[in-house]
Formats: sequence, structure tokens, C-alpha cells
Amino acid sequence: MKIQDVIEQARSLWPDISINLNTYPGSAEFQCGYEQIPPVCDWLFHQKGYCFAGLIVEENNRQWDLYYLFTGRREQGCILARVSAPVEERAFKSVSRYVHAADWHEREAEDLFGVTFEGHPRLGDFILHDDVWEEGVEPMRRGFDPKAVISMRKSRPDWRPKRILTAPGAFIMPVGPVFSGEAESVHFQLETIGEEILCVFPRLFFKYRGVEKAAEGRMYSDVLLLSERFAGTTAFSHALAFCMAVERLCDVTVPERAQVLRVFFAELERFRSHLGTIEAVCNSTGLVVAANQMAILEEEALRLSGALSGHRYLFGLAVPGGFSQDVDDTACKQGLIKLQEIVRIVDGIEKLLSNTSSFLDRIEEVGIVTGDQAENYGMVGPVARGSKCNNDLRFLQPYCMYDKVDFDVPCEKEGDGYARLRILFAELRESFHIMEQAVDMLSKGDIVSPCEIRPGVSFAGVETPRGASWHWVRINEEGKIDRYRIISPSFANWHGFHFASENFAFQDFPIILATFGLSVAENDR
Amino acid sequence: MSRWVVKGLQTGIVTTPYPREKEDTPGITPGFPKECAAVSEELLSRCPTGALVKTGNGVAIKHERCVHCYRCVRGVKGPALWETGFEWARIKGQSSVFPKAFRKSLHIRVVDAGDCGACINEVKLLNNPFYNMHRLGFFITPTPRKADLLIVVGPVTEHMKIPLLKAYEAMPAPKRVVAVGACALSGGIFGPGFVTGAGVSDILPVDVEVPGCPPPPLAILHALLTVTGRNATLS
Repeated sequence: MKIQDVIEQARSLWPDISINLNTYPGSAEFQCGYEQIPPVCDWLFHQKGYCFAGLIVEENNRQWDLYYLFTGRREQGCILARVSAPVEERAFKSVSRYVHAADWHEREAEDLFGVTFEGHPRLGDFILHDDVWEEGVEPMRRGFDPKAVISMRKSRPDWRPKRILTAPGAFIMPVGPVFSGEAESVHFQLETIGEEILCVFPRLFFKYRGVEKAAEGRMYSDVLLLSERFAGTTAFSHALAFCMAVERLCDVTVPERAQVLRVFFAELERFRSHLGTIEAVCNSTGLVVAANQMAILEEEALRLSGALSGHRYLFGLAVPGGFSQDVDDTACKQGLIKLQEIVRIVDGIEKLLSNTSSFLDRIEEVGIVTGDQAENYGMVGPVARGSKCNNDLRFLQPYCMYDKVDFDVPCEKEGDGYARLRILFAELRESFHIMEQAVDMLSKGDIVSPCEIRPGVSFAGVETPRGASWHWVRINEEGKIDRYRIISPSFANWHGFHFASENFAFQDFPIILATFGLSVAENDR
Repeated sequence: MSRWVVKGLQTGIVTTPYPREKEDTPGITPGFPKECAAVSEELLSRCPTGALVKTGNGVAIKHERCVHCYRCVRGVKGPALWETGFEWARIKGQSSVFPKAFRKSLHIRVVDAGDCGACINEVKLLNNPFYNMHRLGFFITPTPRKADLLIVVGPVTEHMKIPLLKAYEAMPAPKRVVAVGACALSGGIFGPGFVTGAGVSDILPVDVEVPGCPPPPLAILHALLTVTGRNATLS
């Protein structure tokens, strides 16, 4: 079904919705009323098969604009369900009752903007922790100065986050934020009656850096640094999403050579990131030799990235309009030889792993996320694909040159740790095949087009190594960023993480965490 | 299981010769712009973080602010010079290094105070066979109560202030603090602001600083050698 048919049906169902087709390329905007927004979102999600990507809140000219972004398959395009209200009105109808994936997005909006959602089961204490911040701090509002130092709440040593116990005799085992060897900062409340974990409540945003607020009022070149460095391990993909949003807005055509190089480096990043995730899985099960083997390969991929681009994590490479520096074709070809060698070793390790029963016992049928759960929570990336939920943006909404390369999107149906691991291995190989094709497609030519900044709004989606990410950019008349919104894949996957660890033993918990390959920095922003 | 043993043995040794010998494999470091004499105004204005500073007779580099954006070398006429070392760690101000007893064995606790994931990944890679810090007597410990050294990454967010202080206070004396990465030294591109600080030194006494975004594992290894008073500089 094409987007035109969806629009026709929506018109007949809700005649008073105004539908705008020209604001964003390839997508439609449904301007809904206060009462209409939940049924429209419900219809898009459950009847029309759209995925929920995220919620974008804007405060423009003393008016709230809430955009619920839905993404479809190929011709379905994207649909933005928009609801507006004057800035004095703060109450909206909650969508999360119908589309559960919107749950955390609404909590975030409530915490940072001070808008409330009627019918939402749990608001408050999410991004801004209640033990640190006074009530009524709304940092994303216009007029809030991001450089100002604001008064913190007086230290309250007796304050505890809300504890939810579901079983009689159970207690909460707190873990974090400083725990384990080199773990990122996150706190878990594990409900347990001894050995079995009954429920998990991750408490995130210890690393909230206010990236979206810091971007406001800055030039796009400064915001490019933020988009790259808020999640360093997947820097190139996020910078690419930001650049693509700016390019769409300013109507820039990126030269073909730069498009091909973007595919090459995006896949190189996925390749390296997946090596790191597999290493973490082997490490969590205590399989030292496999972990070290993978660690060697990860470092080799990092060195290759460094030798090709100058930076081990591909910082400073993507710019709006193309690429910041040209890359030597022969260097790319030699890189491919190295990558082929890595793939050969990885294949050997995968074979050994699939014959190591002590390893399989720890990840098979452990940490299960069902397909329905993944769909309802809007999970993305290898985690969702391990639960037969294929929402790979490279395939669904091709960008750069992905419609010209030939690749498979691996999918598994078990939804356990082993399924996720097999996805990682399969995607590694696919990434290598895409890189091979990209090098063959390299032609001579420019690597960057001039980019003239225009006012307006746009967004773009990129399949990062951890899943689909959406960057929303509004530029004002002065050519500065007015609103920058990052919808990150880890945010979606952390939301559904608790399913995987329920009813498993304590020693399974680090393994389940590793198979998810989550990034806290990417979630916390 | 025996197949894994064979696999491990077949791989052989990949560990870097550093600090006994030089290491210069391509891709081990992002490098820094180099101090130089004459430089155009355009070049100075391209630096987004103020890492290039004009002095009387040329340009000085504020390493703690540089985030390797490469804007002073790419797409500009008369680019800045670039160096590709990694021995960047330096002792801060009047700080002292560990006494002699700590030279053979040092236990380290890492605290992530809001980094982007790259710095902490580079710290993690110190356990990689390529760098293998165990051979030099450095060990990561999960609890601050057993740690001699605190490695802090990230600009220190509002929410991580108290956990960071608690971790530091739980460590037995003598203890030292190493700040790793541009964010931990100066707030980087995030701070200072309403939710991020301007680096670790506002909260804790920092002894050794490692600039870089992120500093490569060898730069962090150099910092560990520096903080234990082992002469690590080859160049």
C-alpha cells in the first residue's frame, strides 16, 4: 500500500484532518486535533503497519507542536502525526496507551518541556533525576539558558528512586551506576527473591549532557561536532544522519563519489561495532580465548579505520554536502584485503563457538524477546531482527547508494541471545559484501558539493550499527540551528530490555546485557 | 575446549613492543596539530573549540581543547602541520606521581562520568592482546575500595557528580586521578553548561591529564606509566 492510499483512507475516516504533503520530501503530515491524535496513531500503527520512530516536541512562536513520527516500508514513506496547542495549554492526550513505543518519548517530553500526557501511567523522574533537580526545571523550553548554572536540589540522602515490587517476599538489588570493570554508567534495580531476577528497572540518564539543548542557537558546523560525538562508537552514522537532514533541507545533491564513500565508511563502522559487540558477548560468558580473538580483530578494524580516514572512530569525516577529505582508491582496496582476512577468521570463530556447548548453554534460550514485544516496543537494529522484526532502514527506505547495492537483511525468529549473536555474525559478512561492491562503484569525481544554508525543517533516518536513528533539524532565519532532535536506537532498545532479563538467574544478566549491545551514551544524549 | 587452546596458540603474539621500543603502526593514533610559526587568520577561525591560539611568534596548541575535527588541515589553503605521536600524558601542575612501591602493580578503577563511549572503549582496549596492560602490572578492579588509581572519562555530568565523589572517597590513600580525554580535561564540546561541567578538575584533584578525543590506548598506557613514575618517553 502506497502513502497516497493511506492518505485517502485517512481522509475518509477523519474528514477534518488536514493533510500536508509538501513539507518534507517523501512524507506526509497529518494535522490532528487534541482528541484525534490517539486514534490516528493507533490506526497507523496497528492497522496500516507503520513503525513508531519517535516523538519530536517543538515550541515555536508560543505554540506547542508535537510530531509523532511513523515510518513505513518503501512506498509507504513517513507520516508525521502532528498536534498543536497554544503554549499555555500543557495537557495532551497520551498516545502510549495505544502505541506503547511512545511511552518513554512522552516521559522525556514531560520531563524536559513540562507538557503532560493525560492517561500516561507513569510520568516524572526520568531524564532529570528527582534527587538532583528542583521541580519545575524545564531545560528544553525557549528562554532557558543552557549556559546558566541553576540551583540544584538540596542534598537529600534519604531520597530513593521509586521501587516497584511485584512478588511477595521479593527485594530490590541495586546495581550501579559505578559497577563492573569498564561499564558505562547506568543503574539497575533488580527485583529478586534470591537467585532469579523477577523484574528489571533500568534507571538511565546518568550521562545526560543536554546535547539537543546545547545545539540550539549554534551554527550547523558546531552541531555537526555534537552529532558526531554524543555517541562516539557510532559517530559516523549519526553524523551522516545529521548531514543528510541538512542536505535535504538545503536541497544539496551529494556527488556520487561521496555517496559511495559514505556507504563504505558506514559499513566499516558497522563491521567494527559488531566485532566489539561479539567480543563483549564472548567476554561476558567468560570465554577468554574467543573474547581475545575478537578483541584483536576489533583493534585491527579500528587501525584500518584510522589508517584510511585519520581517525579510529571516523570523526571529522562526514560534512553536509559530502566528505571532508578524499580517500585513496588503492588504500580502500588494500583495506578490503585486510577485511577479507578478518571475515575469514570471524567465520572460523563462529564455527568454533557453535560447537562450544558451554558457551551455547549460556546464550541459547536466554534473554528472549518475542516478535510481538519487539514490535510493540518499537525495537530496532540487530535486537529486533533477532526477533523476526525486520526494520532495516537501508532496505525499507534506502538512502545514499543502498538501493544500488545488493545485500540481505538477516533475520532470526527465536529472539534469544544466540539469535542476536547469529544476526551480528551474518551482518558482519553482509557489511563486507557491501563494502566490496562500494569499492567497485568508486568513480572519479568531486567529494563535496557546496552547501548553502536555508531556513526550514527537515529530518533524515540512517541505519546505525545499533539500529534506526532519526535526526530532526530546524534552521532559523539567521542560519542557526533552532531545534535538533536525536531519536537514537539505544533509546528504543533500552525501553524493551527488561523483557529479556525477566525470570532469568543473576549470572545470566551480564550476558543478556552484552547480547543487546546497548550504548548508554547514545541513549542518554 | 581444546580447540580454543590450539586457536589461541596459533595466533601467536601480537602485543606492541611499546614501551621497550617504538610503535608506529598506521592507525594507532589520530594525531594533533603541531605548533608552527606563521599561520593564516582563516585557519585560526576554522577551529571550533579554540584549540589553536595565536601567540607572539606563531600558533600554540591547547591540546586539552582539540577534538581532532581536522578542520585546520582539510579543505583549507596552507593547512596546519600534523603530528602523529601518542605520548601526550602530562603531570598536572604541582601534582606528584605514585611512590616507588606502586611501580610493579597498580589497581585501577574507571568511572564513566558522561563520556560518549569512545574514551571508555579505548580504556577497555588496554586489555586487548595488542596492548595487554597486565604485562606492565596494571589491573582494572571493579571496586574503588581496592583501587589505587581513578581513571575518569567524560565531562562530569550533574547526575554523575555524587557517584564520582563517592567512588573517589571510597579509595584508600595514597591515590591518584587520571583524567582521560578532551571532555574530562576541559568539558570538551559539551561543557560547561547547565548539565555538564568543565572537566574533572573542578571536582577532584587531577594528577595526570591525557588529551585527545578519544586518546588512543597507547596514550592512556603512557599516562599509566607516567603516573607510576616510570620513564616512558622514547622520543
